[in-house]
Amino acid sequence: MPLTQIQKALDDPRLQKAVYSATGRLADGRRKTVADLPEYQKLRQHAHDIKQHTLEHLDTYLEELERSVIARGGKVIWANTAAEACDFVTNLARDRGVKLVVKSKSMTTEEIHLNHHLERHGIDAVETDLGEYIIQLSGETPYHIIAPALHKTREQVAEVLHAAPNATPEALTAIARATLRKKFLDAGIGITGANFLVADSGAIVLVENEGNARLSSSAPRIHIAISGIEKVIPRAQDLAVFLKLLARSATGQALSVYTSFLSGPRRPGETDGPEEFCLVLLDHGRTSVLADREKRQSLYCIRCGACLNHCPVYRKIGGYSYPWVYSGPIGKILTPQFAETLEKEGADLHASWLPFASSLCGACGEVCPVKIEIPKILLELRQESPKKREEKLAMRLFSWIMRHPRVYEQFRWVRKMRKLPSAGPLKAWLSERDLPELPARSFREEWKRRK
Amino acid sequence: MHRVSIFVTCLVDQVFPRVGLAMTEVLERAGCQVEFREAQTCCGQPAFNSGFQDDARHVARHFLDVFKGAEYIVVPSGSCASMISHHYADLFEGHHESRVWEFSQFLTDVLKIDDVGARLDRVVTYHDSCHSLRELGIRDAPRRLLSNVRDLRLVEMDAAQECCGFGGTFSVKFPEISGAMARTKIDSMLRTGADTVVSIDSSCLMQLQGALSRAGSNLRTMHLAEVLACR
Amino acid sequence: MLTRIRAALAGSVKEPPPPVWLDPDPPDANAAAMFAQALTELGGQVHEAANLAEARAILEPLLAGRRVIASSAPLVRACGIESQYSRGACADAEIGVTSADFAIANTGTLVFLTEPRLISLLPPRHIAVIDRAKILLSLDALFSRVPQPAALSSSMVLATGPSRTADIEMRLVRGVHGPGEIIVVIVADVTAS
Repeated sequence: MPLTQIQKALDDPRLQKAVYSATGRLADGRRKTVADLPEYQKLRQHAHDIKQHTLEHLDTYLEELERSVIARGGKVIWANTAAEACDFVTNLARDRGVKLVVKSKSMTTEEIHLNHHLERHGIDAVETDLGEYIIQLSGETPYHIIAPALHKTREQVAEVLHAAPNATPEALTAIARATLRKKFLDAGIGITGANFLVADSGAIVLVENEGNARLSSSAPRIHIAISGIEKVIPRAQDLAVFLKLLARSATGQALSVYTSFLSGPRRPGETDGPEEFCLVLLDHGRTSVLADREKRQSLYCIRCGACLNHCPVYRKIGGYSYPWVYSGPIGKILTPQFAETLEKEGADLHASWLPFASSLCGACGEVCPVKIEIPKILLELRQESPKKREEKLAMRLFSWIMRHPRVYEQFRWVRKMRKLPSAGPLKAWLSERDLPELPARSFREEWKRRK
Repeated sequence: MHRVSIFVTCLVDQVFPRVGLAMTEVLERAGCQVEFREAQTCCGQPAFNSGFQDDARHVARHFLDVFKGAEYIVVPSGSCASMISHHYADLFEGHHESRVWEFSQFLTDVLKIDDVGARLDRVVTYHDSCHSLRELGIRDAPRRLLSNVRDLRLVEMDAAQECCGFGGTFSVKFPEISGAMARTKIDSMLRTGADTVVSIDSSCLMQLQGALSRAGSNLRTMHLAEVLACR
Repeated sequence: MLTRIRAALAGSVKEPPPPVWLDPDPPDANAAAMFAQALTELGGQVHEAANLAEARAILEPLLAGRRVIASSAPLVRACGIESQYSRGACADAEIGVTSADFAIANTGTLVFLTEPRLISLLPPRHIAVIDRAKILLSLDALFSRVPQPAALSSSMVLATGPSRTADIEMRLVRGVHGPGEIIVVIVADVTAS
């Protein structure tokens, strides 16, 4: 249940410090590098407009993308469901006799539980992003979209890597690097996600800092990229705008260390690269979100994590308090919209509280590089949420009282009571803070006395 | 001579009347003629933010009836002001509201004054309430007004722009998160050495004061209007 | 799936996309100096050579006695560096040497279009010998110059500094999977004397 997880996070001082300072650093980084872009506001509006246009013409762009990928020698698989995507990968692996697969960080593959599926079919799937590798070894899920192992201390990392407990981050990294190097070179398939799909090029774009996405997409003979259909952008040249925004918003870098623009398998005359390239286009509930005019913009997300880093709620409750793979503000608006799809797959979500676990402070919308109106969507989700009978009655009463000033003025009797029974909302308030002292007279009573 | 109609907000009316009185004093000293329409109640935000649009609409309609014909509506709350000026358009198709002013904004942008002749010997840190900052773009006006108060020293806290954790019903639906957010603000305030935290929103001040008092702190909360009324 | 998408979008008006946005170059910028500063700030090393002879002089001590794998880029060959490509050699090498098709000055980025993928990726140290004339000022300049990377190669990689991670306690560590050391030699005059 969410509350126990939330309370656990709040009661853990080390975790509180780790989450608050990590997100704070990422936020500071963003602020500094965004200041280098005098046209930042115009850029994010432009990025928003491109996403809006692309999604409103998604069928056309996906068709163009497919044509372009095929023209470059790649294959396109349309996966309506998680099962279809997973089945494609396992069937291909079995067909090619592949027992070892390397993966670079992909929230999309987390969504479809790909690793679990591969393992059930006897295929070893190794996460190669350092943070993801660490949590894979400890049997956990990613804590934060950009920093999967944010919640782990170096001692905990040393434990999963079977290293000395006082090993430095440098030493721990070197251990992981050596182990994973072998995997990259031995694996039969490399699986990545995609940050962007470029319609006019038949290309995918991978953005990273470590080099594991480059290795996963270049060393094995087969490269499979799995991506949600909403990642498509019209033109290669549009990347100038998105790349300027992505790394700055995510980590405070002008550009991530590696940006790979990959179009199909290696070509005749090229020295290295995969011999086969497959692009899996995943629906998995996205077309339902697309159908909702008001909330369609939830699909503009470029997965930068800025909203997480600025959310005062995320910074307190951390990634594990959220029921789905996407946490933070974007998780709050996506999860309820994907709930139906996920429930059909047998997921037991408990997501109805999500849209309400926000103070509507608006920090998320302010930093979103593609200007998703997250607070607005939260309000809409609240509106659409089924309401408890008591709350409906309370609101009806509230609205009636507020339309009848003479009745409203009778609140002075409640004020005169001074000591109020501690129940419901009052009890909740008092669990964390004191109540203000109620004044002897209301403003309107004071005003009458002035005259 | 500006004729100003004040909307004190239900919270100020019932729980923090001295804020409304202070605001009236400051406006009158600045040469305004202040009227208080007694049929006023609430802007409807509690219903709106909880997803009860119809109930919110009824309350909003009452507000619009009460304030028909008013030229300037001045509000000692950023969140209520922005509810009316930004979100009534979501409730009423084609509605456009341009008469509503948050108090500090009214002083600096309409009356064009940033020194009201106040005096208060305190070390003050300012809390940016979320709606004021992000929906109304209010950041410099309150600080300018505070920096012109004689004997007042203004210090900035790191977490000035972080949410205090009130968020209306959020504060009682998720009290543990709300409380943790308030404590983060308090830690940041304490690091400044200030003895007072000032905001333009009473809801934030109620949240912060509640948490400060629970923590046994001497830090005081004051609404900007109360500071500006001091001589 | 396309049927579902079309149904979801029913009633949308067909419109052309927003225009491409590429900023023009700032005037009077010293591309090489900008590049050197940007890459140095990221922990890379930059050397400037007036001509091929100077470049060779810089490279020799760096490569002496090391297991080196080099690409067959003309500029690399012109510096007298040659090796036979094999996956095994890439995995074994201490240093990978390539050129770069372009570079981006304001971010300290190397752009690989016609270089092999693994040479600049597997060895722990990467040396790039680049033509100063190929240093573009910005990302926008790159996409103006190369509007369609897919037409040129199956892989365009923008490499900005040494490989890095902050996944363990947010501590910056260099050289995770890609090279931890980046050395760039900028050659002003690439013509053979």
